[in-house]
Amino acid sequence: MSQAVSQAPNQTRHFPGGEEIIRCTGVNKWYGEFHVLKNVNLTVQKGERIVVCGPSGSGKSTMIRCLNRLEEHQKGTIVIDGIELTNNLKNIELVRREVGMVFQHFNLFPHLTVLENCTLAPIWVRKKPKAEAEEMAMNYLKRVRIAEQAHKYPGQLSGGQQQRVAIARSLCMNPKIMLFDEPTSALDPEMVKEVLDVMIGLAEDGMTMLCVTHEMGFAKSVADRVIFMDRGEIVEQDTPEEFFSNPKSERTRLFLSQILNH
Amino acid sequence: MTDNVRSVGLPDERPPSNTVGPLAWLRNNLFNTWYNAVLTVLVLALLATAIPPLFNWLVVKAHGFGADSTACRQGAGGACWGFIGEKLRFILFGTFPWEEQWRPLATIAVFIALLVASCDRRLWKPWFGLVWAAGLAVVAILMWGGVFGLTYVENTLWGGLPLTIILSVIGLAVAFPAAILLALGRRSNMPAVKVLCVTYIELIRGVPLISLLFMASVMLPLFLPNGVSIDKLLRAQIAFIMFAAAYMAEAIRGGLQAIPKGQYEAADGLGLTYWQKMRKIILPQALAISIPPLVNTFISFFKDTSLVIIIGLYDLLGTAKAALSDPSWRGFYREAYLFIGVIYWIFCFSMSKYSQKLERDLNRGHRR
Repeated sequence: MSQAVSQAPNQTRHFPGGEEIIRCTGVNKWYGEFHVLKNVNLTVQKGERIVVCGPSGSGKSTMIRCLNRLEEHQKGTIVIDGIELTNNLKNIELVRREVGMVFQHFNLFPHLTVLENCTLAPIWVRKKPKAEAEEMAMNYLKRVRIAEQAHKYPGQLSGGQQQRVAIARSLCMNPKIMLFDEPTSALDPEMVKEVLDVMIGLAEDGMTMLCVTHEMGFAKSVADRVIFMDRGEIVEQDTPEEFFSNPKSERTRLFLSQILNH
Repeated sequence: MTDNVRSVGLPDERPPSNTVGPLAWLRNNLFNTWYNAVLTVLVLALLATAIPPLFNWLVVKAHGFGADSTACRQGAGGACWGFIGEKLRFILFGTFPWEEQWRPLATIAVFIALLVASCDRRLWKPWFGLVWAAGLAVVAILMWGGVFGLTYVENTLWGGLPLTIILSVIGLAVAFPAAILLALGRRSNMPAVKVLCVTYIELIRGVPLISLLFMASVMLPLFLPNGVSIDKLLRAQIAFIMFAAAYMAEAIRGGLQAIPKGQYEAADGLGLTYWQKMRKIILPQALAISIPPLVNTFISFFKDTSLVIIIGLYDLLGTAKAALSDPSWRGFYREAYLFIGVIYWIFCFSMSKYSQKLERDLNRGHRR
């Protein structure tokens, strides 16, 4: 792991004192015999915006799913906001409260209205009174510009609208970290922008974000750091300027040529 | 190229006359192919030969509810509704003391009121469980008595429709939550729980209900310490609950398997605990999907209560049979079985109709 340990983040953003919120050390994971994550080391500072890219099957989704224990790692340590992820269910629940996740296929609860989707976890996990949870949910729904649909069911919304609701649902838990697992990959092209706009807004507000995406424009304009993964390892990580103009490894160059030249 | 562009939309036109209306319906549904046409004609012919004699037997040549058996036997060829008139109370209430039979009647009324009220989804709140508990307490007081000046009636004297309803309603009410736990257990990550649930379900499903009833009535006492005996009705009730729980668990498991993995992950990702996730996210969806197979189980279970006759309990079918053993009314089995068949049918058809409505309501608006 000699190459490309995170350099000082770019000049426009500064992370005072390096308040660390995620630390993965020597994380390994296998699906049966298949080695999906190979010795992944990753440190994320509070407020950092990270884009993870790489070819399909490279382990990028698996990596961010390990961060809230949707996947279990078998070797190494993952510490989120001072809590280590082990088999301890209490710790897992504590971490999951602080880590929001947005999925490729939205995964809204189809039997609940948009508003109920957003208030469920605050009411049951954070034990908030219903009125307070609803007020907060409406604020977040306004923020993702979908408040007028609050009483509809997810099935009545378009893909882009559903994904914005999914983002609002995560935000209602006031998470310290947001994980995005290919949030725009299942969307029709004309709906990608509305979701990306919401994510950009979130980034501007200083949310710590890890985003697996193929939207290189988003990476260029928003990310503090781009991580490139291939065959289960972090091959390269750098500021977007450096990453796109001056990729260091051959694999990165190959990947960039494939996604940028078509 | 402007000729190829239309500036005004085309007006709506009526569909061709041979595609709408009753004639089109006949053509599309009954005579759309030559073999369907032949089938339609054959079925009509069959109905024409079957219905008039049936109607004759049921109504035209039938003796009314007041007729006695000798009158019925002389004017043969029609139904003898006098049998039902004479034996109605025995078939419905069994050997419950004659003067006290308002009590089983009230029991039936209480049950029907509870069931009808339960159909309203707005009442599906925790407090409604208390209403049920109160209702069952009233039923227990009505049937057993011994308090409030009601004479005590042993449950060996219970019979007929109240027995059928008690066995099936209480059976289903207890078996349903048990089935949910079994279905969840079968999909549990904990190996011990899983093995236990799978073993239970497969054991019970592999055994006919009759043998389970026999075991409950004959073998169970062998395992109990001397002097302890469980009431026959209770034993049958337990056997039914065990049986129904295993079958319903499998119906619910089907629903659980149909829920996409993403629903579990989204619930996990929000930090919900296992039970919160199941109660709020997974089960509401899984149970809605399981309605058709569940109702199937409900209906067959309701009818299967008639098997208690083999361990000497007189449910609706049992009392009808017993009524036929009266020497003066021997032989009127058509009337007897038709009568209880209609009662069973009313209950089962209501369940079926309600389940269809419930399915529609639950699916409204929120399916992709």
